[in-house]
Amino acid sequence: MSGLRYVYAVCRPFGTPLPAQLTGVAGVPPKQLAHGELVAVVGQVPEEDFAEEPLRAHLEDLDWLGATARAHQNVIDALTVVTSPLPLRLATVFLDDSGVRTMLQEREETFVRTLDRLEGRVEWGVKVYAEPPETAGRPEGSGGADARPAPAAGTAGSGRDYLRRRRNQRKESEERWQRAERFASRLHASLSGYAEDTRMHAPQNSALSGASGRNILNAAYLVPRTGSEAFVELVDRTKDDEPGLRVELTGPWAAYSFSGEDT
Amino acid sequence: MTVVERREVALVDLLDRLLAGGVVISGDLTLRIADVDLVRIDLKALISSVNENVPAPWEEML
Repeated sequence: MSGLRYVYAVCRPFGTPLPAQLTGVAGVPPKQLAHGELVAVVGQVPEEDFAEEPLRAHLEDLDWLGATARAHQNVIDALTVVTSPLPLRLATVFLDDSGVRTMLQEREETFVRTLDRLEGRVEWGVKVYAEPPETAGRPEGSGGADARPAPAAGTAGSGRDYLRRRRNQRKESEERWQRAERFASRLHASLSGYAEDTRMHAPQNSALSGASGRNILNAAYLVPRTGSEAFVELVDRTKDDEPGLRVELTGPWAAYSFSGEDT
Repeated sequence: MTVVERREVALVDLLDRLLAGGVVISGDLTLRIADVDLVRIDLKALISSVNENVPAPWEEML
């Protein structure tokens, strides 16, 4: 059989079959490859797209990367319904089935240990954004009108007034960030109480996310499925605590951020 | 578990997990394409070039 093997996840054997119409990367339905105590969830992918060189080129193509990431996630999502999968990094590709089996064999002990740790757990993502202020901090020359006090503007706009205004703006801005930081660390502390493990992701660049405001917390929480309802409620409750800040919840995810050995 | 209403997953949230999370397997059996940090950097460049006519929202806050 030609083609490469794209591996989505490693799982404990699960009784429930995957949905018949489920497709993954390259539009191919994933299959189970059992070896010892483990099952790899694998799809056959064409060499012209997934051999080292074409894959490297494709990964720099945002449309291709996006479609592949969603296809990968599609399979992981379906697995999350029937088991607690250990997801692999995007685009983990093997030459053939026997390569996949050898990998399962070599890492069996580690995989079993990690799967035990993740059993019955899901990952939730929580992000905090600080909304940009309405007026402060505009670049000079842009929309100065509303940055200036309306009455008594006229000739009184001396250099000293200008400097004072700038100083006040800077002070307000610092206070706003400090408030945001305090809120984020309080939220993180209370959410950590519900989580077995936590991970900090780098704050998201708003050019990538398209979200408004500055991302000041981008955290992942490993939560037992049974504790998820309480976790989500806690996030919901804190959402409107602080004006000018926005809290976003994503999930439940497979435990992507907790798949390492060192946790 | 309780099903929480789920919007379309944002690509950037997905990439946080798929490019920074998940088990990394490298070795003779796999193709050597694990240097995803490079992908991330290229991706940023790609997006900023796509959006160069759109004012960046964070500039106002600097």
